[in-house]
Amino acid sequence: MAELTYREAIAYGIAQELRRDPTVFIFGEDIAGAGGVFKSTVGLLEEFGPKRVIDTPISEQAILGAAMGAAMTGLRPIAEIMFSDFLAVCWDMVVNEIAKIRYMTNGQVSVPLVIRTGNGGGSRFGAQHSQSVENWAMAVPGLKVVAPSTPADVVGLLAASVRDDNPVLFFEHKSLFATKGEVPSGELVDTLGTAKVVRHGKDCTIVALALMVPRAIAAAEVLAGRGIEATVIDLRCLVPLDTQTILSSVSETGHLFTVEENPRLCGWGAEVVSIVAEECFWALDGPSIRITTPHVPLPSADVLEDAVIPSVERIVNVVAKSLDA
Amino acid sequence: MQIPHEYGAHEARLPEPVDPNMINAPIPLGTRLDLYRLQQQMRQFEKRAYDLFLQNLVKGTSHLSIGMEAIAAGVGQAMRADDYTFATYRGHAHTLARGVPMGPVLAELLGRSNGLLAGKGGSMHLTSVERGVMGSYAIIGAQLCIACGSAWSAQFRGTDQITVAFMGDGATNIGAFHEALNFAAVFRLPVVFVCENNLYMEYTSIFDVTAVEHPAADRASAYGLDRIVVDGNDADAVYMAASSAISKARQGGGPSLIEATTYRHGGHSRADPGKYRPDGEVAAWLDRDPIPMYHQRLLTLGVSEADLDQVQRDVADEVEAATVFAKGGAPPQADTALTDVWADGGSSWRN
Repeated sequence: MAELTYREAIAYGIAQELRRDPTVFIFGEDIAGAGGVFKSTVGLLEEFGPKRVIDTPISEQAILGAAMGAAMTGLRPIAEIMFSDFLAVCWDMVVNEIAKIRYMTNGQVSVPLVIRTGNGGGSRFGAQHSQSVENWAMAVPGLKVVAPSTPADVVGLLAASVRDDNPVLFFEHKSLFATKGEVPSGELVDTLGTAKVVRHGKDCTIVALALMVPRAIAAAEVLAGRGIEATVIDLRCLVPLDTQTILSSVSETGHLFTVEENPRLCGWGAEVVSIVAEECFWALDGPSIRITTPHVPLPSADVLEDAVIPSVERIVNVVAKSLDA
Repeated sequence: MQIPHEYGAHEARLPEPVDPNMINAPIPLGTRLDLYRLQQQMRQFEKRAYDLFLQNLVKGTSHLSIGMEAIAAGVGQAMRADDYTFATYRGHAHTLARGVPMGPVLAELLGRSNGLLAGKGGSMHLTSVERGVMGSYAIIGAQLCIACGSAWSAQFRGTDQITVAFMGDGATNIGAFHEALNFAAVFRLPVVFVCENNLYMEYTSIFDVTAVEHPAADRASAYGLDRIVVDGNDADAVYMAASSAISKARQGGGPSLIEATTYRHGGHSRADPGKYRPDGEVAAWLDRDPIPMYHQRLLTLGVSEADLDQVQRDVADEVEAATVFAKGGAPPQADTALTDVWADGGSSWRN
């Protein structure tokens, strides 16, 4: 057991896979010599050398195209797209090529690759370096979508992603890089598509992802002081979606809230609410409510950014008001 | 204000004459007979595909390469069985060039369960991993980046496999082309990029929308590559250029970019009659049809008319058998639409 930051856990998790499987290699912009712009790949070049840890040009289409071609021919690449906003530059590769090649070829081709990317707001980087785009990925058949909230989950879910025979988009939250947590020693491999109940409470279910998880937990503690006991679910993966954990919790509590950093329209919570409405409507004791960033681009100034991304206070207020506490 | 181009007003681009020295190229006669057979297969296959469109048996769209056979044949013939091809959406010939049987290809065009992709890919996505055809790609230029990956993989694994990626002239103006060329050059990847310059992107002359005369070759120097332009209507010229580039790639010499000049006899797709082409241009290029020229060359080299007729008849039989195979295929079962999204064979997005 060691205490690692989320940032250190990324390099730790990648190193675990590079040591285990000689077909794994990692590349992206500034990830080798510089150790990553977020310092999340520090030490990998030194341990594994330039054949397996490679700096690329600023060519996102070539990076993901190369990852795909390598994955189709026997390797397990980990490609980094520095900021998830940049996925828009190479979205053709993600959506039209990587996600569809297995299906189009009637299963002739496998694409076991991981695209790691820095996601989310809170860093005052403005509209083009702060987005939460996990819901873009969720909308495309053929992509697995992972977004861990703790260092241990980073390691375990990264291992599961690298070992998966499908393409995985792995969203690392920029505002979690400095957070710390215990990472068990020894090989750590988690399971994709499994949510975690991180707090138990009988009164409502709060489903959250990535940075919204610690905020939901903090909100639940405040709510407890006001007599509301909330269950908090860390979704961890959007695809596969652990609907079982959600449905079983909502069946017990009768109230559902989602906390989403993505902008409002077609955020992942809309799908969760829809599933609950279809499949456990009669267990509900009130409307399901989505707490999201409003449908705006992210502003740069700290006051403005903090005003739009769901805060602990906003979660507390929305839940308390809805439950009439 | 001067308008640089007026739509459809471009001058006819006429073919260069055949290089008279090409008959003396050091290509064994057996290889030349293979090149002849490949071109016959591609031509007769495409003609049959066209007939089946007219019978409304091929749905959707399809892009034929009639007139462009010498390129796919010349490149395919120069490749080794374990090399990789990345084809374009105009990729029937690229696929046949690797020895993929005609029957499943034609059945795929007809959307049948015995198709190469069981009806899930269609004309634009022909793939045969078994034969090294790693897919046909319908988003212009994407395949050039993906080809860098298989080339990188071969280099990483220490094999001497090479990758060939085809593109049309239109692809040279998309970002992926430039990213792929730089990437391949920087990492010295064993990949050969082949631009089939048929003078039109879709309906627009490539010269009207490109800053240089040769859309691929004139960009090569930007990536430290040699400027290579070949007669894409001469299978021997293509074979020689491809063999040289492939050999360089196999020996660790890095990528090449070949621009092969050619002409498609038909329109861009089945919906296009190709009327934007100036008077005289089509006729001049029909006169430079690669197949009669090659036929004549083989006669000059001493092959008998009877032997060439036999090749044509064998290919005609092959096309006929493929047609019977394709037409005889059952439509796919509807539930197969829900398979093979994921590696476990299924399409479930929830636990």
